Amino acid sequence: MDLQVDIEKDHGKFHFSAAFSLSSRRCGIFGPSGSGKSTLMHLLAGLLKPDQGTIRLAGQTLFDAAAGLDLAPEKRRIGVVFQHSHLFPHMNVQRNLLYGWRRTAPANRLISPEALIDVLNLRHLLHRGVNRLSGGERQRLALGRTVLACPQLILMDEPLTGLDEELKYQIIPYLKKVFDEFDIPLLFISHSLREMRLMTDEVLVFRDGSLQGSMATEDLARNSMAAGGQGYANLLNLGRPRPAGDLWAYSWGESELILTEQGENEENLFELDARDIVLFKQHPLATSARNLLACRVIKLFGVNNRVGVELLCGDSQLVAQIVPESVRELGIAQGTEVVAVIKASSFRKII
Amino acid sequence: MLSLSPQDMSAVWLSIKVACGSTLIATPFGFAVAYLLVFTKVPAKSLIEGLINLPLVLPPVVVGYLLLLLLGQAGPFGPFMQDFNIRIIFTLSGAVIASAVVGFPLLVRAIRIGMEGIDRHCLQAARTLGSGFWDTLVTITLPLCGRAVLAGMTLMFARSLGEFGATIILAGNIPGVTQTIPLAIYEYTSTPGGDSMALKLCLVSIVLSFAILLLSETAGRTIRRK
Repeated sequence: MDLQVDIEKDHGKFHFSAAFSLSSRRCGIFGPSGSGKSTLMHLLAGLLKPDQGTIRLAGQTLFDAAAGLDLAPEKRRIGVVFQHSHLFPHMNVQRNLLYGWRRTAPANRLISPEALIDVLNLRHLLHRGVNRLSGGERQRLALGRTVLACPQLILMDEPLTGLDEELKYQIIPYLKKVFDEFDIPLLFISHSLREMRLMTDEVLVFRDGSLQGSMATEDLARNSMAAGGQGYANLLNLGRPRPAGDLWAYSWGESELILTEQGENEENLFELDARDIVLFKQHPLATSARNLLACRVIKLFGVNNRVGVELLCGDSQLVAQIVPESVRELGIAQGTEVVAVIKASSFRKII
Repeated sequence: MLSLSPQDMSAVWLSIKVACGSTLIATPFGFAVAYLLVFTKVPAKSLIEGLINLPLVLPPVVVGYLLLLLLGQAGPFGPFMQDFNIRIIFTLSGAVIASAVVGFPLLVRAIRIGMEGIDRHCLQAARTLGSGFWDTLVTITLPLCGRAVLAGMTLMFARSLGEFGATIILAGNIPGVTQTIPLAIYEYTSTPGGDSMALKLCLVSIVLSFAILLLSETAGRTIRRK
C-alpha cells in the first residue's frame, strides 16, 4: 500500500491531525478510545471531510483541500469493515455478499466470489436471511462483502470488539486467511495489542487526536511490556501435538514444548506471558516445570524497571521478562547461555 | 341495497381521484423533506419542521383560506398563473392541492419515523461498497423505510378522503367538479330529507377507508416478508 496522509479536522471540541505515509501492507492504527482512530477511518473512507490537507492512495489523490478535490466514498475503492457488521437487513447473505461486487468495474474484479465463499465458509448460508446469522457469521459476511468489492485498501474498525473472546479468536484465522490469500492492503484499527500483533506488521499510535509515532508492531508490544500491569506476551504458532503421558508435546522449531492443553487444529496459537519464563544460569537438576530450554541471550531491552531478555532457543525465539537485579546477579548479557524454565500450564491457547 | 344517485357516484369518484392525486403528488415531496430532516444538516431545521407541521395544528379552514390568498388571482402567483392560463380555485386541482397540504405533515411524520430507524452505518457501508447516492437511496434507504412510506401514504389517503375545511374554501362545493364525499354529506345534512342519502355516503366512506387500511396492511406484510 502506498498511502500518504496529511490532514486536519476539527470535530466539535475534538481536534484531529495526522501526517504519515505508509508502505506496509498490514498496518495498524492503535490507541485508546477517543484517540481519533475511528475519525481517521471515516476521513480516509470519505465518510467525513477533512478541513484541510491531502490524502493520496496508490498514486491517486482522493482528497486535496487546496485543489477542492474530494472523491466520493464510492469512487475511492476503500473498503470498510465496521465494528458491528451493519449488514443490509432486507437482503439475504448472497445479495449482501455480492452488493459491492456488482458495483465493481469488471476490470477491477480481481477476486472470485466462489473462492471467497469457500475461504470464509459461507456457502451453506448463502440463501439465509442475515437476521438468522450468529455474531461470527455476520462478521465473516461483512468481511466477505467488503473484500468482494475488490478495494485497493481495507479499513477494519475494531471488527472483533463486539464479539466474545471465543468467537473473536474463531474469526482471526478467517481474517488472516483472507488477507494472505487475496493480498489486500489492510489498515487495522484496534485498541487490543494482541489483535494488533496478530494482524499487522507496523502500527501508527494515536493519542488525543494526534499521531504519536509509527513503529513495528513487535516494538509496540515490547514498549507496552511495563504498561497497565501487562507482561510481554509471546505468541507461539504450534502444529498438531502428540500425546506425552497426560500432557501434549508440540514441536517448536528444533525444540519440543510440553503443554497441558491439547490443540485440535493443524495450526494452534498459544500465548506465553514473558513473566512466566524463569531463567537459570545452569540446568536446574530438579524442577516441577516440564519445559527446560537451553537458550542464548541475543538482546536485552529495558522498559522502566523491567528487562526483556530476547532468547534464541535452537532456531526459535522467546522473550522472557525479569527485573534488573536478576540481570546483575546472574550476569546476563548478550551471548550468555541460560536455561529457560516454563511450566506446562503457562501456555494459554488462543486459537 | 345501496343505490347511489349519479351525483353521489360522481362524489365518490371525485373523492378517490382527489385522494389518489394528492397522495401521489405529495409522496415524493414528503420523502424528500423527511430525508432532508433525518439525514442532512440543513440550517433552520426547527423552523422547517414547524412550517411543515403547521397544517396539523391549524384549523383546515385557515389552511384553505391561506391557500386561497396564495393561489388566488390576487395572490403572489396570480399573474404567473394567468399568463399560463392555470386555474386552481374552484377546480379539481384546488381540491387536490388542499388535501395534499393538509395531509402532508402526517405523510412526512410517518416516513420520518421509518427513516430514523435506519442504521446510518448501513448507508455508509453501501457507499464504501461502490454505491452512489441515488443507488444507495433506491437499493437501501427506500426498501428499509418502505413500510413507513406506505403507512404515510395510507394516512395521507385517508386524510384526503375526509378533507373538508380547506377543500370547501379553496375548491368550493361544486357537484361533479369539486364535490367530494364529505362535501356531499354536508350538503345532504343541510337539506331536508337528505339523511338517508348522507348515511349511504357515510357507508361508502367507511368501506373505502377500511379497504385502503386492509390494502396497506397486506402490502406492509409483503414488504416485511421480503
